[in-house]
Amino acid sequence: MNIDSIRNGIVIDHIQAKKGMEIYDALNLSELDCSVAIITNARSKKMGRKDIIKIDKNIDLDLDILGYIDPNITINIIKDDLRIEKYHVKLPKEITDIVKCKNPRCITSTENELKQVFILTDEEKRAYRCKYCETLLQD
Amino acid sequence: MKNLIDIKDLSVDEIQELIKVAKDIMQFPEKYSERCKHKKLATLFFEPSTRTRLSFESAMMELGGNVLGFSSADSSSTAKGESVSDTIKVVGGYCDIIAMRHPKEGAPLVASLKSDVPIINAGDGGHNHPTQTLTDLLTISCEKGRLDNLTIGLCGDLKFGRTVHSLITAMVRYKNIKFVLISPEELKIPDYIKEEILDKNKIEYVETNDIEEHMDKLDILYMTRVQKERFFNEADYIRLKDYYILNKEKLEKAKKDLCILHPLPRVNEIATEVDDDPRACYFKQAKYGKYIRMALILKLLEEADWYEYR
Repeated sequence: MNIDSIRNGIVIDHIQAKKGMEIYDALNLSELDCSVAIITNARSKKMGRKDIIKIDKNIDLDLDILGYIDPNITINIIKDDLRIEKYHVKLPKEITDIVKCKNPRCITSTENELKQVFILTDEEKRAYRCKYCETLLQD
Repeated sequence: MKNLIDIKDLSVDEIQELIKVAKDIMQFPEKYSERCKHKKLATLFFEPSTRTRLSFESAMMELGGNVLGFSSADSSSTAKGESVSDTIKVVGGYCDIIAMRHPKEGAPLVASLKSDVPIINAGDGGHNHPTQTLTDLLTISCEKGRLDNLTIGLCGDLKFGRTVHSLITAMVRYKNIKFVLISPEELKIPDYIKEEILDKNKIEYVETNDIEEHMDKLDILYMTRVQKERFFNEADYIRLKDYYILNKEKLEKAKKDLCILHPLPRVNEIATEVDDDPRACYFKQAKYGKYIRMALILKLLEEADWYEYR
């Protein structure tokens, strides 16, 4: 299957297979006025199967969201048909307003203006805890 | 230290300093009787807790200060729908320091982020209760003369008991601490406490459901109440509430200098016959609570004055 290459834009590569749509939604890519391609289940030597997202424009990406959803993602910045930058995302130390605390006794359940903040407490286990009540974030 | 929200906010040195001041207050109370003259403590108790509130109020009075506040959310603006942030901003204008208890976990942290005056967490739901932990540490320091080289038995509700979790968190920073975790299967210590605190700090511990099994090795026995409000099923509560009843017979093998603690209130978990045993320290522990709160109020007010001066 062929997807046009992009001249100027971003390729989000090595997305865990089937997670492409989740990232598309989390980054609000449907709001963009440029072409966006999601390739799912592409063959990958490293991963077996993977998803790829191509964005036909250079935009500011929320790396925290990407790192939280899939820390193995690579980002490629394309300019004038050339890859000018490639980098890996990292597990963010803190995530804000991406997920909500499910603890009904947490103060965020009643103080509406509070941001939903989770802090990385164990990198190995990818464990995040609510900044306020310390409840473990579970998938 | 601007606020006390979580016992982890305090370094070992800061805890040591608070204990030192508390001991000095106990020895020379007159030296401190006017240290907080013209200062006001607001006790904002969004859920009732008579003994903690009285302990704070008594502490401030002994420092020569004044107290104001409320003892339930019904008598505050919360009943009208006011947020914690707004309440704190308003009350901060009427006092110099706030002790706050709230049923929602994390409420004191929110308060501290909005407040101009120091905030002391006096308990937030099942989450933190750092002044209880400071009380426990002062008691252990006074009764045992040390905070290291101790074998500590924790007995009862180790699953929901926040005092137990905080005490473990605080004690693992001292040398050669061992724990005996005594609970029924249903109320065992949560895995994350074992993995994130005990294992991570390489702390030796054993789990048992038999209170007598390791009694002869204990330096401290910390009893806790099985709390009715933590159970969804009343039958489970009734089955577990009297699982452990510490009495003279069970203490037969215990060391002569064992120190028996309990955050109180107790129900049946310690028989009243134990009260006269010289090893029973739980009523003294409640009294120590006032002195450590005095030391804490002093420390936070001094720091607040320093920030203002700067």
